Amino acid sequence: MDFFTTTGDMLQLGFVQQALLAAAVLGLASGVLAPLVVARQMAFAVHGTAELAFTGAAAALLLGLSTGGGALIGALLAAALLGVLSLRGKERDAVIGVVLAFGLGLGVLFQGLYKGRTSNKFSLLVGQIISTDSTDLVLLCGSAIIVLIIIAVIYRPLLFASVDPDVAMARGVPVRAFGPLFAVLVGVATSLGVQLVGALLVLSLMVTPGAAAARVTANPVTATVLAVLFAETAVLGGIVLSLAPGLQISAFVTIISFSIYVICRLIGNRRVERLPKLQPVLV
Amino acid sequence: MSVEPGLGATALAPRPEPEPVVRLRGGRLRYGNRVLWDQLDLDIRPGEFVAVLGPNGSGKTSLIRVLLGLQQLAGGTVQIEGSPARRGNGRIGYIPQQRAVDPTLTVRGKDMVGMGLTGHRWGIGLPFGQAARERKRLVDQALVAVGASEYAHLPIGMLSGGEQQRLRVAQAVVGNPGLLLCDEPLLSLDLAHQRMVSQLVARRAREANTAVVFVTHEINPVLPLVDRVLYLVEGRFKIGTPDEVMTSETLSELFRTPISVLRVDGRLVVVGDQEPIVHHHVEA
Repeated sequence: MDFFTTTGDMLQLGFVQQALLAAAVLGLASGVLAPLVVARQMAFAVHGTAELAFTGAAAALLLGLSTGGGALIGALLAAALLGVLSLRGKERDAVIGVVLAFGLGLGVLFQGLYKGRTSNKFSLLVGQIISTDSTDLVLLCGSAIIVLIIIAVIYRPLLFASVDPDVAMARGVPVRAFGPLFAVLVGVATSLGVQLVGALLVLSLMVTPGAAAARVTANPVTATVLAVLFAETAVLGGIVLSLAPGLQISAFVTIISFSIYVICRLIGNRRVERLPKLQPVLV
Repeated sequence: MSVEPGLGATALAPRPEPEPVVRLRGGRLRYGNRVLWDQLDLDIRPGEFVAVLGPNGSGKTSLIRVLLGLQQLAGGTVQIEGSPARRGNGRIGYIPQQRAVDPTLTVRGKDMVGMGLTGHRWGIGLPFGQAARERKRLVDQALVAVGASEYAHLPIGMLSGGEQQRLRVAQAVVGNPGLLLCDEPLLSLDLAHQRMVSQLVARRAREANTAVVFVTHEINPVLPLVDRVLYLVEGRFKIGTPDEVMTSETLSELFRTPISVLRVDGRLVVVGDQEPIVHHHVEA
């Protein structure tokens, strides 16, 4: 059977369609968040949150609970911890590194103690949505939709606080409160990403689409639309391409995501060259 | 659907002319045991340009934070247009100091100016409809007023410091404020751009009758534009016209050390025996 027939057949299957639905919701959430993650320079924080989501999922697996729920609790703990320990400044990276390393070690320990199927263990690090059960999907999709609703409500002041914090604060925007709040929103989306592409590769959805969009446009609205488009292409394309060969989804998702980034960088470089050289004009 | 109420209405609301825009009475600012200033009385009239000078740590920026409602007074009262200072007062425009911006930050000049108008509002803000058209009109108008239309479509991270500060003026005045607070807007600009930004602010004060509080290390670019000077030094202060405050006697008294104020080609040069205190007035 050739590639297209196999892929076509598998797309008829219920669990594949479920996976695609969850992936579409994840693509939307991560695409909306990614430009803000990039603007707030939180790529490393996302990585740290993903590792703790992995720890939570590994603990849940060991205790026989829902891995999706475990990932969510782990990510929320990470967000709270990062928010409490250090909100700003140079210390942030060090704190994230410390917490990330500890969380990852704990997760590996939980996995070592787990006596079930080994494929479940591996999937938390590099992702395998096909093995996710439907309760997890409902929980995670529901969480992602709540994240999207909250973002819709706070979008303008959040963007203001992210790109121009001094003036935003002067205009009465609750800049300081947005730090922990955004960390929580990212945590929820990250835990969904962990289910799909795994803790190690979640950056390819939470950061890469935003970074790619920033290379080709300076319009914040266009950047968000493009980031959603890029994230959806990577995540849906990655699943579809992985069906016939039966390989890991995350490999395809990251390859597509990275390719989009490289293309955007090339286009972006040409765009910068074309910008007019400005002369200072005096009053 | 998000409606932007009163965008034009605020612009047309009559201002009570005789009422001072800023009324500070017995103002006292304290961090822990350290009192930055005390018994500070300051009235600023509409259209008046007040420069706030003084060494680092004398409470210049804190004064701005008090007026913005971000910092509480330890004593005394502060009113903006007749009501107590509060966070998020839409009648205040704010210009920060110039900072380096990442060239890939996804914000163009016009987005930054637009944020000065509606960036603090909840919701997404629809990109079409009457509210969006009105927003675009006001942003374009503010861009024209500061002469920044030409580069308003470029990412702010790719603009020079002077161009960024020009956009900052537009961002601060787009909401038609009655009070403009400028916190070191000239820092890290060259002399020509210092003059340009100062003149844009002064023109706004004159044409729209906007009161201006202008915190600066550098008196010379604003000297010809300033109505009064508030000079803060270690809890002591002096308020008056530049001719009253910028004298050897007054500054020597404030700094409690001999200071000479010299006029050279219409510019002030402040020389003291403890250079670090007043070095900010001597141009490199």
